[in-house]
Amino acid sequence: MLTIEKIHSYYGQAHILSDVSLSLSPGEIVVLIGRNGAGKSTTIKSIMGMVKVTQGSIRFGGDELFGEPPYRIARRGIGYVPEERRVFARLTIQENLEAGRQPPRDGAPRWQVDDLFDLFPNLAEARHRAAGTLSGGEQQMLTIARTLMGNPGCILLDEPSEGLAPVVVEQIIKVIQQIKGQSLPILLSEQNLYFASLVSDRAYVIETGRIRFSGTMRELEENAEIRQQYLAV
Amino acid sequence: MGVYLVQFLSGLASASALFLAASGLSIIFGVTRVVNFAHGSFYMLGAFFGYTFVREVGGGAIGFWVALLLAALAVGLVGLLVEFVILRRLYKAPELFQLIATFGVILIVQDAALWVWGPEDLLGPRAPGLTGIVRIFGTPMPVYDLVLIGVGPLVLAALWLLFNRTRWGILVRAATEDREMVGALGVNQSLLFTGAFVLGSMLAGLGGAIQLPKGGADLLMDFGILAEMFVVVVVGGMGSIFGAFLAAVLISLLNTFGILIWPSGTLVLMFILMAVILVVRPTGLLGRPESGGHKTEVGVEQALRPAGPHYKIFIGLLLALLLAAPLIVEEFYLVLITDVLVLALFATSLHFLMSTGGLVSFGHAAFYGGGAYAAALLVTYAATPFELALLLAPLGAGLLALVIGWFCVRLSGVYFAMLTLAFAQVAWSVVFQWSDLTNGDDGLLGIWPSAWASGTQVYYLLALAISAGGIFLIRRVVFAPFGYGLRATRDSNLRAAAIGIDIKRQQLAAFVFAGAMAGLAGGLFVFSKGSVFPDEMSIPRSFDALLMVLLGGVDSLSGPFVGAAAFTYLHDELITFEYWRLLLGLTIVALVLLFPQGLAGAAKHHLGRYLKLEAGSAGRAKQADEGRPA
Repeated sequence: MLTIEKIHSYYGQAHILSDVSLSLSPGEIVVLIGRNGAGKSTTIKSIMGMVKVTQGSIRFGGDELFGEPPYRIARRGIGYVPEERRVFARLTIQENLEAGRQPPRDGAPRWQVDDLFDLFPNLAEARHRAAGTLSGGEQQMLTIARTLMGNPGCILLDEPSEGLAPVVVEQIIKVIQQIKGQSLPILLSEQNLYFASLVSDRAYVIETGRIRFSGTMRELEENAEIRQQYLAV
Repeated sequence: MGVYLVQFLSGLASASALFLAASGLSIIFGVTRVVNFAHGSFYMLGAFFGYTFVREVGGGAIGFWVALLLAALAVGLVGLLVEFVILRRLYKAPELFQLIATFGVILIVQDAALWVWGPEDLLGPRAPGLTGIVRIFGTPMPVYDLVLIGVGPLVLAALWLLFNRTRWGILVRAATEDREMVGALGVNQSLLFTGAFVLGSMLAGLGGAIQLPKGGADLLMDFGILAEMFVVVVVGGMGSIFGAFLAAVLISLLNTFGILIWPSGTLVLMFILMAVILVVRPTGLLGRPESGGHKTEVGVEQALRPAGPHYKIFIGLLLALLLAAPLIVEEFYLVLITDVLVLALFATSLHFLMSTGGLVSFGHAAFYGGGAYAAALLVTYAATPFELALLLAPLGAGLLALVIGWFCVRLSGVYFAMLTLAFAQVAWSVVFQWSDLTNGDDGLLGIWPSAWASGTQVYYLLALAISAGGIFLIRRVVFAPFGYGLRATRDSNLRAAAIGIDIKRQQLAAFVFAGAMAGLAGGLFVFSKGSVFPDEMSIPRSFDALLMVLLGGVDSLSGPFVGAAAFTYLHDELITFEYWRLLLGLTIVALVLLFPQGLAGAAKHHLGRYLKLEAGSAGRAKQADEGRPA
């Protein structure tokens, strides 16, 4: 349902992505895996229209997203959970969720504030607290919940485990699995192979802005050479 | 007792209009990150529209208030127009261009108001049913003032509800924190920006309209309120509407009581209050430190390189041409070129502060005028010889810059800019009001150079030597270790501090140096004209300097000279028209929209293209062009 074909992206002068192609099918969790600076976040931001894409095609449903401003891309049903969380620190949890609200769309699960508080009980307790006072893990939960308020048809999840304690990462894995249970496809960017292997169906390995490998998660786990070359630290 | 209470209440009444205007400014800035310099003009328009609407529809008590609301709506429409036609195209441009564009709007509004409502001050209509007075402990107090006291808190409450209880308000607050993220959540930022701009404009318009029965409407309101609004925003705390309310009350009370205690010193009192608050709480009463480390950007600057051989030849030719000018052109043109030289030095000093220091000052004319007044006062009261007075002009301006800069460098980005403007307005007011010393609006006359330098040709050569010398000195400083340190400070405060640079001190030194150089230009100016008036310190003069820098292009070091020449030409062409401000304003807006790199930048761009076709190498011009953010 989400198909990216041969995109090239730039930050100012710097050519970051070359010829990146990938796809995401309904109900699937796909991981984009690579080291720091490999181009994971840039790929996700390219889909969202937040970095300059000079050529290629990005299609979602039947719509071409290439060249559209971020808000239109979001309104087409792409939910974006940014890296480093980016909650609205001075807004309360409830207000953060309100900011993410978009009308429901056909063919995508519908989320209400109460559903999300069921999914994230921690947030329910603190709904009138300023988001800036939350812990890193809670903030990560909040950004996921905020994105779900937009009733997206697919989710781009950028490095959700970054900088979080293992126990929090486990909670996030649960949440991802629950979202998957609603047959909402997720494109995940991740450095951590172990984390990725727990939730993903397929994987793309990215290095210096190019896709170096694509296959099922299992194929990646069995391919020691690729892992050694592109993922070992 | 009654007198003080009434004075207190009347202070609260004035606070309302000021709060309305300042909160509008704060909202617009919070969302769009544009400091709307035309905000004072919107306030003024509110008063003028209110005047007209009250006359047309203002029959009876209801009609009066309807007319005021209509005035606010009309100003909202003007805001919509400004946002839609001009600012929307400039959100991604460097801040300077947005500011210059809104300054263009100020000029347009000034002349438009002059054209529609004429030059006379208009006496405000009285509010039907509220024309009486009440006696408080025997002291009379207009009933309307009591109503005004209620308006401020009422609007404050309405704004609080809007921002905390509506989705739109929540989105505005979210956008104030992280605009990009709001867009990525599916919110159309353009609409949000337009909405915030219109709301802010309407608040300014309402502020201008409700003070009509008290203060009427006149053409000087725009700059007066602008400086006060900046003080309110800075004192109240960045982006805090409640803080703006507190600060508006505080400043209005200070004004009303100041008049009782020290009638001619109210501005000085305001200055002291602001100073005290900024020293104790640099973020203002209720402000929080900026989260994102927001900085004023002048545009991505290319790594500066010492002049290459071609550039040196070009400069040499230009100097030779200027030296030979007395042999070539008539005296009339020599006078004109003298003006250009003076302004070039003035603009270069500002350019230095902006590009090398990363400190955008909106009050640089304080030092230009300061230098001019320093020299003129020395000549008038101490019979100081011309040569000494010219030397002391930069010293006087430098001292002024030391005092003003000491406060300003505590802030950064646009708050720095606002504070410089507010201080410059204070300096202007002191010169304007202290007529025993400065002759006020009549200016200081008869400030001529010594006999040896009084010929047009000799003075021209002197101005050339001093201006060129000053510009070379500034350039030398840019490439000195001090200049490197300053650029490091500009690019990253934290990293510069980590390698042992005392940031504030570095910035203060740059501020004082730029101020002194502007003062030198001011000294040259006063002896070339023989007189000086408060205009030389006014906000429009500060903007002239910004405009010259802009015309010349922020990136190019020779820009200010080109800018000064273009400005002088433009000014000379336009001044013959009755509505020259309107034309200048339209020209500014058009230039900003058409040439976001300035004239010199645009020329370099086209020349670069041409050279590339011819010789296949135009590396620098091309790089300079492509290095800009998209």
